[in-house]
Amino acid sequence: MAIGTIKDKVAIIGMGCTKFGESWQWDAEDLIVDAAYEAYEDAGIDPKDIQAAWVGTTRGSSGATIAGPLKLDYVPVTRVENICATGADAFRNACFSIAAGMYDIVLVVGVEKTKDAWGRGGGGSADSGVRGIRSAAGGYANVATRYFHECGLTFDQGKEMLAKVAVKNHHNGSMNPKAHFQREITIEQVVKAPMIAWPLGLYDCCPTTDGAAAAVICRADLAKNFKDDYILVKGLGMSVGPSTTGMDRVISSYDFIHWEETERASKQAYEMAGIKNPRKEVSMAQVHDCFTISEIMIYEGLGLAKKKGSKQEIEAGTFTLEGEVPVNTDGGLKAMGHPIGASGVRKIYENYKQLQGKSGPRQVKNPKLGLSHSQGGWPGGFMCCITILGHR
Amino acid sequence: MAGIISFGGYVPIYRLSRNAIARGMPGEKAICGFDEDSITMAVEAGLDCLRGRDRSQVDALIFASTTSPYKEKQAAVTVANALDLRREVLTMDSTNTLRAGTLALGTALDAIKAGSARQVLVVAADCRMGSPRGDLDRASGDGAAAFLLGKDGEAVSVVGSYNLTSDVLDVWRSHADDYVRSWEDRFVITQGYEKVIREAVAGTTKKFNVTPKDFAKAIFYGPDARSHAGITRAMGFDPAQVQNGLFETVGSSGAAHVPMQLVAALETAKAGDKLLVVNYGDGADATILQVTSNISKVKGPRGIKGHLALKKAINDYDTYARWRQLLSLPEDRNPVGGPSAPAVLREQDSVVRLHAGKCKSCGFVNYPPQRVCENCRAKDQWDPWPLAERKGTIFTFTHDYLSSTAAGPTTWTIVDFEGGGRIATAMTDRDMEEVRIGLPVEMTFRQIRFGGGVHNYWWKTRAIRAGS
Repeated sequence: MAIGTIKDKVAIIGMGCTKFGESWQWDAEDLIVDAAYEAYEDAGIDPKDIQAAWVGTTRGSSGATIAGPLKLDYVPVTRVENICATGADAFRNACFSIAAGMYDIVLVVGVEKTKDAWGRGGGGSADSGVRGIRSAAGGYANVATRYFHECGLTFDQGKEMLAKVAVKNHHNGSMNPKAHFQREITIEQVVKAPMIAWPLGLYDCCPTTDGAAAAVICRADLAKNFKDDYILVKGLGMSVGPSTTGMDRVISSYDFIHWEETERASKQAYEMAGIKNPRKEVSMAQVHDCFTISEIMIYEGLGLAKKKGSKQEIEAGTFTLEGEVPVNTDGGLKAMGHPIGASGVRKIYENYKQLQGKSGPRQVKNPKLGLSHSQGGWPGGFMCCITILGHR
Repeated sequence: MAGIISFGGYVPIYRLSRNAIARGMPGEKAICGFDEDSITMAVEAGLDCLRGRDRSQVDALIFASTTSPYKEKQAAVTVANALDLRREVLTMDSTNTLRAGTLALGTALDAIKAGSARQVLVVAADCRMGSPRGDLDRASGDGAAAFLLGKDGEAVSVVGSYNLTSDVLDVWRSHADDYVRSWEDRFVITQGYEKVIREAVAGTTKKFNVTPKDFAKAIFYGPDARSHAGITRAMGFDPAQVQNGLFETVGSSGAAHVPMQLVAALETAKAGDKLLVVNYGDGADATILQVTSNISKVKGPRGIKGHLALKKAINDYDTYARWRQLLSLPEDRNPVGGPSAPAVLREQDSVVRLHAGKCKSCGFVNYPPQRVCENCRAKDQWDPWPLAERKGTIFTFTHDYLSSTAAGPTTWTIVDFEGGGRIATAMTDRDMEEVRIGLPVEMTFRQIRFGGGVHNYWWKTRAIRAGS
């Protein structure tokens, strides 16, 4: 049985995104209101036009997370949670409701208030207590160790390769007023930063951040009623690996140097979008660089670089703003920060703005297709969502 | 005849220089790593003792210690689980006295003689704590010993034993004490230790009509090297006859002190040797042992000798103080909760026994056991597959500073086992420099964390040690 297609059935007519950062003075409800109202305004709709809503958050407990602050009018609201793929998956499910002909206009909100809780996210779980103690950095560092080994890179060579990813993303973030970090960093700073989970140092890790992002989407045939430069969903893909989320179990055959779920999910989305050669056809990508090594795995998983070929591409500048396929044009998780439920929607927001030509000093030249990649989980067991956007 | 069939020992790899406790003090003491306690040491010694043996013959396990992690909850049952013994075994703790180990041995032998058990495993482990830098802290050390007792082919048979009580407040620890208390030195030694040991030896020589000269080796509990040397000389034992009390290398290891010395003595014993074993604490007991020709068949354990040769030096008191939780850590600011009791019970086989599941359909090893096989997707087709004594190699790793412990960043290892199966768990007793892809490792039972009043145990990896 063939998978159907979402291509050109759903349009984005409005989006909003708060400033990402440490929002000590704002709570999650403030962030939700700011993001949603920016999206309403962008779409030129009245809040009453919303027929249904999806909210992606790892901390809220229900649809009331947004129904309350936004005073939605007793419409259906579904809360989606899929760890770090939460926001992208909320968007994905909202698209299906439009494509099914169920609603004309729906709202998607991704939100996370991470800084009110102790520590770096995650909480206790009702298990036997011997698992889930490792940090996120520790989980991803295992990939860096193995990737260095397989590519024959020395520690210094590997660190420098990773550092260039962080430097690029900070550079992009320095031109983004909504980024958590808006300053340039140097390779030397990255390489000499304190170790977090060997071989990953401080600048190899994204920060803990507050923020929200929202989208108003509608049936494609109605979109022209709202604006001319609406953006269409060209492809959606998703893959969830068959590992349990417990960190004591990883797929025994897993090689720690490729991300299967990224390959599977992007293949689905490329087929829907009619993309044969992603390296040539994808104009830009907003990807899940929770750690610098993640971005490298994603280059290879999306087919933007050959297997074990990322170092060469990074050195050639392929993924810089001026390069062949700019990646993380807004600064990525590294500089934007990572409010978990919001990040997936934020990546869609950046592609939406870039495709409309509204990205100011970091505008990519004549973009045609923008890909966003979000994933939750651990190497060996991810849930990965791909969203491809394009013009009408 | 009932006796000792096999034995094993354990000394923690870390040795604290006594100079770090009191400047100029010679020697070193063995100290538990931050993730070790009497239960984990008992498991180490038990594995050493049982290596290569049929565990289905073991009908009982006795855990002996003055430092059981719980006031109410048996330690022996956890040790039996970790050693993967059958569920149909009798488990009991012998606690609250320095003689816990020898009393357990006597009880076990009686059970075998009475025919109510075929084999009994006795494990003695202790990690006593005196007030920091005080006399007991200087003299004590941590360790464990294990004996498998049975009826047939024993390497050591028991001639007989003698018991004596003495209800004296020399050393003790109440429910409200963090550290062992003691009365003044002179009283403790003259009215406690020396007096009662003399009485026990006199009673034994009279009861069995023997003299000190009859023994190839005499093993005595000792609170410290000086008291130990003093009393044995005064009773007419030649220093060459007296088993080395491990004072310079391990320290006086509480309820494990005499058991560990006995293991060390058996490592060099010859058929025909007669041994005298004298323990002290709330009285004394003395046992006469006869080494048989089967002693040469007991081979393989790392024992005390093997473990003494494996060591890593700790030269500062701070490290020890952090491991013993005498100093609190920044990490402690974020207190961890306890585990879910239903989950602990449910996952006991995969967590404490370290059982994987081997697929009956394709032979693939899934850890923890999976109802649907990762390889062939067969459903509910698997047999338990113990991993605890299998070796593996590191596939990849990291040193995680965000999940630091008292021993620094946690080294997480992804390990592939010989014969299949993969685990992601911490590596312990490691030097960061030695960790690399491809490093062979073995498993060791450790405390993962303490939270919600629960001591939670699992298995970690460590570099393979000599004698495995």
